[in-house]
Amino acid sequence: MGGLSIFPPRASAMAGELDALYTFLLVVSATMTALIFFLVFFFAVKYRRRSPNDPMPKPIHSSIPLEIIWTVIPFGFMLIMFAWGTKMYYNEYTPPTANTLDIYVTGKQWMWKVQYPGGQREINELHVPTGQSVKLTLASEDVIHSFFIPAFRIKHDVVPGHFETFWFQPTLPGRYHLFCAEYCGTNHSRMGGWVTVMEPAAYETWLSGGATGGSMAQQGEKLFEQYGCVTCHVLDQKGRCPSLRNVFGHAVQLDDGRTVIADEAYLRESILNPNAKVVAGYQRDVMPNFQGQISEEQLLQLIVYIKSLSNPAAQPTGGQPATNAAAVKGVTP
Amino acid sequence: MSTLYQQPAVGERPTYLNVDYGWKSWLFTTDHKRIALLYLFSITAFFAVGGSFAVMMRLNLVSPEGLLFNADTYNKLFTMHGIIMVFFFLVPSIPAVLGNFLIPIMIGARDLAFPRINLLSWYLYMIGGILAVTAVVQGGVDTGWTFYAPFSTTYSNTHVILTAVGVFVAGFSSILTGLNFIITIHKMRAPGMTWSRLPLFVWSHYATAIIQVLGTPVVAITLVLLGLERVFHAGIFDPADGGDPILFQHLFWFYSHPAVYIMILPGMGVISELVPCFSRKAIFGYSFVAYSSMAIAVVGFLVWGHHLFVSGQSLYLGTVFSFLSFVVAVPSAIKVFNWTATMYKGSITFETPMLYAFGFIGLFTIGGLTGLFLATMAVDVHLTDTYFVVAHFHYVMVGGMVMAYLGGIHFWFPKITGRMYPEGWAKFAALIVFVGFNLTFFPQFILGYLGAPRRYATYAPEFQVLNVMSSAGASILGIGYIIPLVYLTWAWMRGPKAPQNPWGAKGLEWEQSPTPPPTDNFEHQPIVTEDAYNYAGEEATLDR
Repeated sequence: MGGLSIFPPRASAMAGELDALYTFLLVVSATMTALIFFLVFFFAVKYRRRSPNDPMPKPIHSSIPLEIIWTVIPFGFMLIMFAWGTKMYYNEYTPPTANTLDIYVTGKQWMWKVQYPGGQREINELHVPTGQSVKLTLASEDVIHSFFIPAFRIKHDVVPGHFETFWFQPTLPGRYHLFCAEYCGTNHSRMGGWVTVMEPAAYETWLSGGATGGSMAQQGEKLFEQYGCVTCHVLDQKGRCPSLRNVFGHAVQLDDGRTVIADEAYLRESILNPNAKVVAGYQRDVMPNFQGQISEEQLLQLIVYIKSLSNPAAQPTGGQPATNAAAVKGVTP
Repeated sequence: MSTLYQQPAVGERPTYLNVDYGWKSWLFTTDHKRIALLYLFSITAFFAVGGSFAVMMRLNLVSPEGLLFNADTYNKLFTMHGIIMVFFFLVPSIPAVLGNFLIPIMIGARDLAFPRINLLSWYLYMIGGILAVTAVVQGGVDTGWTFYAPFSTTYSNTHVILTAVGVFVAGFSSILTGLNFIITIHKMRAPGMTWSRLPLFVWSHYATAIIQVLGTPVVAITLVLLGLERVFHAGIFDPADGGDPILFQHLFWFYSHPAVYIMILPGMGVISELVPCFSRKAIFGYSFVAYSSMAIAVVGFLVWGHHLFVSGQSLYLGTVFSFLSFVVAVPSAIKVFNWTATMYKGSITFETPMLYAFGFIGLFTIGGLTGLFLATMAVDVHLTDTYFVVAHFHYVMVGGMVMAYLGGIHFWFPKITGRMYPEGWAKFAALIVFVGFNLTFFPQFILGYLGAPRRYATYAPEFQVLNVMSSAGASILGIGYIIPLVYLTWAWMRGPKAPQNPWGAKGLEWEQSPTPPPTDNFEHQPIVTEDAYNYAGEEATLDR
């Protein structure tokens, strides 16, 4: 690897800026440390007691100006660190809203399972193209894990019961470490693998070699039938449960008067614990709880399928069905 | 320790050490000084156990595939190292040993406010410690000292409950000690010992005690909830039962971040005594140093969320915690600058306690500044859960707290034992500790930024060189800790008799209490007529 470098490879769009911020912190800290070391050393030598008969030094009790100076100046540098670090943090954890390559990752003791929208799957390997914004959605089957790619300078905990998302833009083709960073039991240190960054053309070739069993949305559609969802969530007409056409990403009116945005977290909750937030105009206790009945990977496939129902390309011609009008308010497609 | 059991010879002054003898006079004592020694011996034992786990871990990490142990054993080693060092060494170390011994004497009292509760604290601590050690003997625990759910509540097959009960019980020891200190400092100060004349050691213990009393109950509650979840699947933390694992992290860090100030504030108190003494000069900015302890105690309760920057915590919440984490760094910086300024135009000598004070100032500065890296959210996203964090908190806890502890033990060794330690050996050991410490932990900063995750039994081969350096440093550091154990034990039995005030230090414990003190600490009721650290013999001022 990089010899004596103190930096890991820079393979994402934000790695360079993060290294710049880190270098800024290093320079400020090293200057401050050097100042303290120098003063302690200098005072220790200059003001050492030369003989036991030396007179006691005169006390200097305090200096308000000095106290203000050494409070305000360091705090000023800290504010720069705070502002810069916060700006980058918001960027890292706020994925772009359009044109992302969405990849779904499930952590379980002790492996990473990766699903691509086209239906390709991998374990402990992640392939991504350069120049593309990649959005990861993370789920855990068991304990807390943390998805960490040092070359991209990014990690995010993978928390059971939650979906977590973050994004990056790979820039440099190569093979980089993928680690689990949150202690997760016996083989925590072996829960890792490799991230392969490829040129877009090579990536397309790689993708075309791997898909079997249809895209994630098609796999989700199969589950939708297999679990019997389709009998009540009838598409495009009024069923016992709301139609799921054009639900994802839109506001949903609940029976208690609240309105929520139907995002991944809402869909997840509504599958696992349907009574938590019931759509206005529908009855409770119609749908069974799927908590513990469905794996995180299947959950992700179902959600990708439901997302695909809201994709403009997948919309049927002829406008919105009447059933959705009751459930969806304030829609701005 | 044969000297502990000698009755006073004819004509010899009775001290707390020779006034009584036999095991009952120790195990049922209510003398704060004897209880301090009970703590001294027991925390030394726990430090040895926790330290030997660290040595085993570092040995294992010489090879990327693990030199000695399988992954399960390694995971138990780092867990037990953390639990023992945090709850059974660092939290009680300076407060329960030096604080217990010195606070009543420094403020001119005969004992703590509640001597029997003080003894109860030690028993609770021992019961907790024995439960934790029993868990080790039975096969150990592998959750990490942080006990994160749902691994600890559902997935770990080790002795989680037994260990948690041990920590729970020891927590009450900490609460009671804190309570005792607060009331003692409020109610038992000698005439003339105003708040603005309190030694800074006492101020820092006052701030520490507030955190102990307010924070420790929260970790106790958290551990109870963890037990309910693990045994009865109460549905608090495990999402499979309707709980949320992030709730555990909030509860845990609400105590455990302030707890790092429980661990470092008493060390700052020690340094605030050592630097003036060996500079022969009043502390610079007394009130700034005193109030900065209080500021740390208050703001320290508001920063716990910086442990959750990558957990999915709301970005806005993260922003607030990040900002407050920078704010809490300010009072620590104020202390460092004031200690440094105290040396200006001083008359400085370099006895062993002062060498440890220099070590503390340097290493704590590095430990504190690297905390800023972790408060900077984007940088924390890369660094959290890597070796950088390990290096950072060891610079604060070992480079800071343990240095201060050793400096304090050497400084007050004559007071406690009535004998002098060998200065040459002590300086040599201080040097070994400093070198060994830096060689152990500095490479871990580099490892961390390179992306090496912590709590790894095995690691990528390119990290081997830095790991071997760290392990080499750990063996030097281990030797650095064994040397003082040997010469201090020797000095306690055979060392030359100490004069009343070997350092020419100010303070009631040196100036008005005999060395070693009698059971009642003073022969006459002390009256305080001057400010603390009055090395120049100035006229007293009641208020600065």
